[in-house]
Amino acid sequence: MRTDGLARIVALHLGLVLLLLALNWLLPEYHRGVFSRILVLAVFAMGYNVMFGYTGLLSLGHAMFFAAGLYGAGLTVYHLGWPAPAGFAAGLAAGLALALAVGVLALRTTGVAFMIVTLMFAQVIYLLTLYFTTYTRGEEGLVLAPEDRFIALPGAVLDPTDPSTRYLLALALFAAALAATVAIVRAPFGRTLVAIRENEERMRMLGYDVFANKLAAVAVSGVLCAAAGAAYALLFGYVGAGFASIQYSILPLLWVLLGGAATTLGPIVGTLAMFYVVDVTSGYTSAYLLVVGLALILLILYFPRGLVGTLRERWLPWLP
Amino acid sequence: MSFGPHLLLATLEGLVTSAVLALMALGLSLVFGVMRVVNVAHGEFFMLGAVVAWWVASIVGGHPAVGFLAALVVSPLVVAAVAFAAERLVLRRLSYEPEATIVATIGLLYIIQQLALTFYGPEARPVEAPFSIRVTLPWFGYSGYKLFVIAVAALLVVATWLMLTRTRAGLLMRATQYDRETAQAFAIPVDRVYAGVFALGAGLAAIAAVLIVPIQQAHYLMGLDPLLLSFIVVIIGGLGSLRGTVLAAVLIGLSDGIISVFFSPTLAKMLATLLVALVLVFRPQGLFGTAPR
Repeated sequence: MRTDGLARIVALHLGLVLLLLALNWLLPEYHRGVFSRILVLAVFAMGYNVMFGYTGLLSLGHAMFFAAGLYGAGLTVYHLGWPAPAGFAAGLAAGLALALAVGVLALRTTGVAFMIVTLMFAQVIYLLTLYFTTYTRGEEGLVLAPEDRFIALPGAVLDPTDPSTRYLLALALFAAALAATVAIVRAPFGRTLVAIRENEERMRMLGYDVFANKLAAVAVSGVLCAAAGAAYALLFGYVGAGFASIQYSILPLLWVLLGGAATTLGPIVGTLAMFYVVDVTSGYTSAYLLVVGLALILLILYFPRGLVGTLRERWLPWLP
Repeated sequence: MSFGPHLLLATLEGLVTSAVLALMALGLSLVFGVMRVVNVAHGEFFMLGAVVAWWVASIVGGHPAVGFLAALVVSPLVVAAVAFAAERLVLRRLSYEPEATIVATIGLLYIIQQLALTFYGPEARPVEAPFSIRVTLPWFGYSGYKLFVIAVAALLVVATWLMLTRTRAGLLMRATQYDRETAQAFAIPVDRVYAGVFALGAGLAAIAAVLIVPIQQAHYLMGLDPLLLSFIVVIIGGLGSLRGTVLAAVLIGLSDGIISVFFSPTLAKMLATLLVALVLVFRPQGLFGTAPR
């Protein structure tokens, strides 16, 4: 398609990462904390975007993948005393396993049934975290001790409780996820997903294995979301059932819609914008859900392409 | 108490759940059947019905029955009006596209929930039951009001059924459900039927809420559990099949009541949810539904 745009695509994404890197020393303390959180949650949104934006699969249950990473990392570190990197890997593995299991079952359905099935599976995961409250402490959650979250590297120990280290770790995860999405989107696999979104029947007729490609999309999406969850547990030291609730299935949808579905930069733009909209409005009113609700309705009514999507449509057709 | 009476108690509790669930799921099923819209805000219409019922009952005063009856009339009307407005202002403009309407009704869910929290507050408030008769059974006394709920719900389900099969409005709805375009070609005002069905569905949820509010207090978060249960019912019953919906409501309500009495409620919910997801996966037309044309 647009192979000539590679240089400026790389330049744009690299530029964004460098800008975010510079912000580590430029942002005031409070906003650096907010940004660390946004970067991790943007990875969650990016994972969601792989399915919703590029493959056209609207899931209402992505909190379960985030929770798989969160608990995969949190429980192994808290109860088994695993070192943080091993906990992170356990989170990824939990996310992958759950994504494959849910994918195999849920992908047998389409459309409305797919949305409800994913919602139901996520609800089962949420209830599981409440049912095993002896281990998870349910809504109250677990707090990981700071020394359990240290990342021992040869010659150095990274301490995620230090704001600057935390920001840089979050940024590293974000950069890796961003690079992965750009690579996927530009690879034949990404093109196949978009083609499935546009016309599934035609792809099947052309001899593509639609189910395998969709399953791969669910797996990639699940692993990215689990990475965000595991990183959240290790960087912020809190693991609670609230992250498995329906609300955390809706939020990535909102962020991706706002930023622009099927754009690589949409998730971070949407997450950033929504966080600051809520942050600013919470100065005037405590009605945070009202803002979320109105944003969803207004976006879907008047602005279905989102910020980056509109940008791409009007002025910058080369955006991936 | 020995096993038999214990089971009877669980069955009665299950029937109360079934009754409320049947009304609520009927509304959801009607909206899905006719409009092909998955209304995620249905639980909030239920909650709104309960909150309005409390509000009406607290204004009216006097004998509890007067307040309750006033609530039973006013609350469904208010909720239906809200739903009607939402349908006209939002859903119609999305031309009922499934994914867009789901996102929009999620937005609606948050808006209604937040408004209830802001104006009604986080407290749970009861509405007094219209009468307090205890029916004495040989083993235990049982609330007469709960039996009344079961009876009223059964009556309303039959009334809805008659409305759908015996009246002109019902005929229009069924025609629209069967084939929207042909219905339109025969000069059926499909657009107005949609608005009416959406309001009717919300009204049914509100009636369910008014009935339950003397048993279970009105709270701004009360909508989520019934919403998920209604989804379960509608799916098990077969999306859009009303007969299946009512049957499934009784089945789910009873099993929920019985499992919750003998086992943990969380386990009951978990099993039911998992079961439903699997039903949708392996038998998408539902247990009682027929395969789509």
